[in-house]
Amino acid sequence: MNQSDFLKVVLPFKDKVFRLAKRLLVSTEEAEDATQELFFKLWRNKEKLADYKNVEAFAMTMTKNYCYDRLKSKQASNLTLVHSNYKEKDTSLDKKLEYRDSVNQVHRLIENLPEQQKLIIQLRDVEQYDFDEICKMLDMKPTAVRVALSRARKTIREELIKQHNYGIS
Amino acid sequence: MELANIEKLVGKYENAETTLQEEATLKAYFLSDNVAPHLEEYQMMFAYFQTSQDETYTKTIAFKPEKKRNYKWLSVAASVVLLVSVYMGSSIIDGEKTPVMTPQEQEQYAQVENALRMLSSNLKKGNDAFNNLYTYENTVNKIFKTK
Repeated sequence: MNQSDFLKVVLPFKDKVFRLAKRLLVSTEEAEDATQELFFKLWRNKEKLADYKNVEAFAMTMTKNYCYDRLKSKQASNLTLVHSNYKEKDTSLDKKLEYRDSVNQVHRLIENLPEQQKLIIQLRDVEQYDFDEICKMLDMKPTAVRVALSRARKTIREELIKQHNYGIS
Repeated sequence: MELANIEKLVGKYENAETTLQEEATLKAYFLSDNVAPHLEEYQMMFAYFQTSQDETYTKTIAFKPEKKRNYKWLSVAASVVLLVSVYMGSSIIDGEKTPVMTPQEQEQYAQVENALRMLSSNLKKGNDAFNNLYTYENTVNKIFKTK
């Protein structure tokens, strides 16, 4: 397997890896470093890649584990608070203005969720993986995934209603 | 799609029972402009999911295999330098075993030696005096049994 073959396998999900890393690590720079590091790891183990049926799921699992490690390590604990500005791209201007507040709100709410729920929301609602894949990536039972997802969705909605009613938005 | 149907889907969505197709239907509905007011929180959520889907990793993926080879050659070079320097150093030291001193240097050397000897003998005197004091103290202790 040479570099271009490797890239062909790996490039389709690089954004997904990056977004998942960002969801967990919060800061963009950390997420970029993590993505780079993960792809380098994959590249070093390129001979083994052929053995995996689903390289993408494997990469996502690796991302999850790597980010957990980063969060546990002291080095990262200094960096978790860095982020504050969420950048959005590619929506038309009027929609952008209309959505910006609410989008930021949802982002904050998701940030406050427990890590596992964050992961599942990211994988399901943003990346739209089906349940089997998520179970495989996270090594969880389908019912557990559903329960966590349902809880996350309900929490987000309830918080949004709360903020809406108090007029905090 | 009519509202009743959407509401049913929303209920399923909250319990995480929707399929991906159903979620796509919901998404299409909530990203459209006419959303029922009591469901507008979902509009925010789906809008957020949509925008965060568009975020991409813009940097290029770097492969860094050359770095390792560099380190290997670096260690080889270091060991060569070490060997050469040890060889050169030993030959230099062998050559300078008997340093030659001018008469003036010899005189200075003797002076320094003398000075150091005087210093050490004086220090010795001081130490002896201290020892006397200790003997005195010991005897006093013995007599009065203070300890």
